[in-house]
Amino acid sequence: MASHTRTETLALREQFDTEAQQKDASTLGMWIFLITEIMFFGGLFLAYTVYRRWYADIFAVTSSSLNVYIGAANTLVLLSSSLTMVLAVRAAQLGKRKALVVFLILTLLLGGVFLGVKAYEWNQKYVEHHIPGPDFHFEGVAQQGPAQLFFSLYFAMTGLHALHMVIGAGLLIVLIALAAKGRFSASYMTPVDVVGLYWHFVDIVWIFLFPLLYLIDRHLGR
Amino acid sequence: MTPAVDVERETYLNAGHDLKSWLLTKDHKRIGLLYLFTITLFFFLGGAMATMIRLELMTPQGGLVSSETYNKLFTMHGVAMIFFFLIPSIPAVLGNFFLPMMIGARDLAFPRLNLISWYLLVIGGLFAIFAMLAGGVDTGWTFYTPYSTTYSNSWVIATALGIFVAGFSSILTGLNFIVTVHRMRAPGMTWFRLPLFVWAHYATALIQVLGTPVLAVTIVLLLCERLLHIGIFDPKLGGDPVLFQHMFWFYSHPAVYIMVLPAMGVISELVSTFSRKPIFGYKIVAFSSVAIAVLGFLVWGHHLFVSTQSVYAGMVFSFLSYCVAIPSAIKVFNWTATLYKGSISYATPMLYAFGFVGLFTIGGLTGLFVACLGIDVHVTDTYFVVAHFHYIMVGGAIMAYLGGLHYWWPKMTGRMYPEMWARLSAGIIFLGFNLTFFPQFILGYLGMPRRYHVYPPEFQVLNVMSTAGASVLAVGYLMPMIYFIWSLRYGKVAPDNPWGATGLEWKTASPPPLHNFDETPVVTHAAYDYSTVTGEGIDFG
Repeated sequence: MASHTRTETLALREQFDTEAQQKDASTLGMWIFLITEIMFFGGLFLAYTVYRRWYADIFAVTSSSLNVYIGAANTLVLLSSSLTMVLAVRAAQLGKRKALVVFLILTLLLGGVFLGVKAYEWNQKYVEHHIPGPDFHFEGVAQQGPAQLFFSLYFAMTGLHALHMVIGAGLLIVLIALAAKGRFSASYMTPVDVVGLYWHFVDIVWIFLFPLLYLIDRHLGR
Repeated sequence: MTPAVDVERETYLNAGHDLKSWLLTKDHKRIGLLYLFTITLFFFLGGAMATMIRLELMTPQGGLVSSETYNKLFTMHGVAMIFFFLIPSIPAVLGNFFLPMMIGARDLAFPRLNLISWYLLVIGGLFAIFAMLAGGVDTGWTFYTPYSTTYSNSWVIATALGIFVAGFSSILTGLNFIVTVHRMRAPGMTWFRLPLFVWAHYATALIQVLGTPVLAVTIVLLLCERLLHIGIFDPKLGGDPVLFQHMFWFYSHPAVYIMVLPAMGVISELVSTFSRKPIFGYKIVAFSSVAIAVLGFLVWGHHLFVSTQSVYAGMVFSFLSYCVAIPSAIKVFNWTATLYKGSISYATPMLYAFGFVGLFTIGGLTGLFVACLGIDVHVTDTYFVVAHFHYIMVGGAIMAYLGGLHYWWPKMTGRMYPEMWARLSAGIIFLGFNLTFFPQFILGYLGMPRRYHVYPPEFQVLNVMSTAGASVLAVGYLMPMIYFIWSLRYGKVAPDNPWGATGLEWKTASPPPLHNFDETPVVTHAAYDYSTVTGEGIDFG
């Protein structure tokens, strides 16, 4: 019990009056940060929209060169990591330390699998000369420029998404270390909550990226 | 609390004296001062570039520097002044220091994040300074592609990285302000009791949070294109350089409101305090700040009237740009109406406020000229545009910044600045400013293009006037620098509320204690209620 009160007093920072105020502020701060992230990715989605309209046919062909099965499997992996993250938050709410650590580690592992698969896919692009630059070559389209634009967007979007995953993984590692030390309790678990929000956001970005990049041509029944 | 006590009272200034207590401080007041030092450095750096530009333009032949150097001078002047001085100026210095105090809080919601924001600005600034020392950048502060991505042989990457990093300083400051205003208000401090300074900063923070990330991603794409040949904007691949312009101005037009909205917040405080009247139409002035922030996001296309944008898009953007004039004019009219039957004193901050209202009005009205499709084609890329935005940014934002700095100097430092010198410098700045920039309206209208260092001889008289004005302006800017420092030691000791003002920041000691208030204030009145003030007010006649 003594350690419990110590955590509480340590957790309340001096600028706040109550723990509820502190928790509200942290959560609101994270939501606003996520709005900035929407604007950040928004620039890429804008560029994608413009070029997809301009070069719809070429984008359909280039998109079909991505392996939709790998992409779908990876989507499943990422969605599962969101599930384990929710379970981690729930475990924190209930003050179950062991379950919290386990679910956080699971989330981290699933995130790692996603990044590993992504790295494999990127390597495939390298093998196939689909990396924008002097070596770029895409069989089967007359205009190499717009095909290259598609892959420029592909790498910019999945690259920035992966960067966010890596940051998320770093945050998870910190959380795991803190959770293992018993720093979170049912009354103080804001960091878990806030990192959870971030993790779900990064997943949601992928939910948009997957159809936009992999599925452009699927309705034609390829 | 009597100011002249000999026993040293504990303040935020004597809470620690070593360098570490400053560089690792989480106190919003100290961080405000850190920003003050940093941006003052950039102000004089950018000012030095401006001096070189004006010296060069004294003669039509352009003998002082080469064209390449001239390109670098105006680019780095813009970069230093916009990203490292004006954007952080009022929010990061005065907002940081006073926003928490005005709402009765002990600090911002995230003090550590606030310190990180300052470090980000410093790191970004070091990138920019490195680029300047290494050889400079010559793309113009707008970094238009494909010049910036392919052809420029200057330090684009370092400068763009610097702006990228400094952008996160701005985003995090905005985030901190929004959360602070929502969650940290003292008991009784309802939204409509907030000082208008706080409303203006809230509106500014919305722009910082929503606009700056778009600049960030635009810079990322620019860097990808320059470094890795991932060509999003490359016309050789079928990409669109105009897309860059859209994305750049989606931030960079609202960025103007990041500079001027906080300035308007300062002016509301000054006009009310020095006419001892509540601001006329408080609510509509508060909402006009939000309206400017919202409308500001819908007008970026007026920078692309001549960039192949469709004429119909141009018409919509032109109309929406005109709409921004409405909330802006509301503010000007309401400040003026506040003066009516007010008990006006002509202390230095009020002189700056008067200067602001006049110059902002000129800058705003000429903004309507350039928002008009037909006239804009005539004045695009001329000195008319240069004069217009300097009236807003220098005549508006810097006047308000200096006015605010004088107004709050006693609270920040516990010392009064020398009133006579301060009034003199305010007058010199006003005259110097107009002499510098008014001739540029005429030059631009007559057709002198910006960004060239040679010009036809018939433009020389007006250019010499402008350069003469710039020297006067430089004197005006150096004076506060000197007497502010002088006042730290020799200034009169400031009372807690020298102006008889109403804000909570005046209800605590000068300089404030470490946690701002000895006990959390409870607010029972609207802002600007002068019946509650028992001012020790100094009589300025």
